[in-house]
Amino acid sequence: MRYSLLSLARKAAQGHRDWPQAWRSPEPKPHYDVVIVGGGGHGLATAYYLAKNHGVTNVAVLEKGWIGGGNTGRNTTVVRSNYLFPESAAFYDHSVKLYEGLSKELNYNIMFSQRGMITLAHTRHDLEAQRRWANAMRMNGVDSDLLSLEEMREQVPALDYSPSARFPVIGGFIQRRGGTARHDAVAWGYARAADALGVDIIQNCEVTGFDYDADGVQAVRTSRGTIGAGRVGLTASGHSTVLADRLGFRLPITSYALQAFVSEPVKPVLDKVVLSPATGVYLSQSDKGELVIGGGLDLYASYAQRGNLPTVETVVAGMLTMFPSFSRMRMLRQWAGIVDVVHDSTPVFGPAPVKRVYLNCGWGTGGFKAIPAGGWCMAHMIAKDEPHPLTAAFGLDRFAKGALIDEAAASGIAH
Amino acid sequence: MLLIHCPHCGPRDEGEFTCGGESHIQRPALSASAEDWAEYLFLRHNPAGVTYERWRHTFGCERWFNVARCTVSHRIEAVYAMTEAKPDIA
Repeated sequence: MRYSLLSLARKAAQGHRDWPQAWRSPEPKPHYDVVIVGGGGHGLATAYYLAKNHGVTNVAVLEKGWIGGGNTGRNTTVVRSNYLFPESAAFYDHSVKLYEGLSKELNYNIMFSQRGMITLAHTRHDLEAQRRWANAMRMNGVDSDLLSLEEMREQVPALDYSPSARFPVIGGFIQRRGGTARHDAVAWGYARAADALGVDIIQNCEVTGFDYDADGVQAVRTSRGTIGAGRVGLTASGHSTVLADRLGFRLPITSYALQAFVSEPVKPVLDKVVLSPATGVYLSQSDKGELVIGGGLDLYASYAQRGNLPTVETVVAGMLTMFPSFSRMRMLRQWAGIVDVVHDSTPVFGPAPVKRVYLNCGWGTGGFKAIPAGGWCMAHMIAKDEPHPLTAAFGLDRFAKGALIDEAAASGIAH
Repeated sequence: MLLIHCPHCGPRDEGEFTCGGESHIQRPALSASAEDWAEYLFLRHNPAGVTYERWRHTFGCERWFNVARCTVSHRIEAVYAMTEAKPDIA
C-alpha cells in the first residue's frame, strides 16, 4: 500500500490495527539471477536499483541477522559530501543528491535533515587547510562556505569559545547540504520498495560458503540451504574479508570497532552536525533530543560489536572539551559497529577476483552516507558486468597501480 | 579493556600499549612485481578469530613483542617474542 496522509488518517481511525507488513519474509528459492550477501543499506539499495533501474527482479538479499541490524543501524546518521578529491566528490555528491529525493522515491520518510555539517578550525593551520579543502569542494561542484568566528558563534552557540579553551575555536567551514537522516528508515524504506518490485529479502540466513571454480561463482551455501546464484554481490562491510576468505581471495581491509553513543534527550541545543579535527569527536542532536556522538576507532582489530572502555573515555573527554556545558549529561546507550578500514580511506568497489562476484566494501567509518550511490553503482555493475563511471577509480586494481585516493583527512574520523 | 602481559614488565593495562597491526609479514625481494608489492603493503589477514599482531609497550619498556589474540572475544591466547614463529592455536 502507498503511504500518505490519507492512508495514515484512515488507519488511525481504525486504531492502527491493520497496517500491512512492509515487506514479505519468503522462503529462499533454489536459484536467483542475483544474490546479494548482506542486508544493510548497501545491499538493500543495490537490490532496489537492480529492480528499478535495470529490470532485474529475480534477486535475493541474504542477511545473517535482521536487516539494518549491522552498521546501517549503528552509525551516527551523518550524510555529507565534503571530500577532497574529484573521484570521491563526484561519488558522494551523487549520494547526497539521491538522499535529497529519497523519501519521495521510496514513499518512506527517511527524515533527511540538511542541517549543515560544520568542521571546526582550532589553529591558523586548520584555517589554511580548510580554505584549500573548501575550495577543492567548490571546484568539484560541491557546496561549501568558510565561516568566521562570528558566524561560528551564531551557528553553534553552545561551543566553548573562551580564550582558555583547550582547543580554541577560531573559525570553520560548512557544507550546508550535509546533515542527518533516520538510519533505520533508510534500510526499511529500501527494503519495502525493493520487496514491492519482487526482491526476496531473506533474514536469519547466514552465508557459510560458496560453490565456485575458474568459471566463476555458481551458488551460495547458507544456513538455510544452498542457493544457486547467477551473480553475487558482497555488501558485508566489516565482515567482507570473512566472505573473501571463503572465496579464496584477500582484501586490503582491516576490521575495527567504531563506537557511538547517545545521551538522554534534552531540549534543542545543537541544530548542526559539528566535527572537531582536534578531538576527533563529532555530534548532532536527534529529533528525539538525544545527542548522537561519535569519535575515533578503537585501536586494534576487532569483530566484537561492543567497543572498549578507553575509547569511550577518550570520546567523552573530547566532547566535554568542545562543549563543557554537557558535563552533567547522562549517556543512555553505547554500542559499536565493525567497520572495514582501507589504507587510503576510499572504498573497494568493483569486480572481485572470482568471476561474477562484485565487491562493495571498504567504507570504513563512512558507509551510511554512501548508501544510495553505493546501491546505484553496485546495481549498474552487477547488471552490466562493468563498473559504473562514478566508482571506476575505486577498484581492487588501484593498489598494485599505486593509484590510491587518500581521503584520510576528509573521511572525518582519524583512521 | 585488555590486561596485556608484557614479556619484560609483566601485566599492564592496555592504555600503556600500542597495537602495530599484523605481524609475520615478509618483505618481498626488490625484483618483486607490482602485485607482490601491493600484497606486502596493503593486503592483510583479517580473521574473525585468532590474529597474530605486533604490540609495543609504548609507555613502559618501549619494546616490541607479538601477541596472538582473538578478534571476536579479545582473549589473548599467547604472548611471544618478535623473532619467534607463530604459535599454533587451535
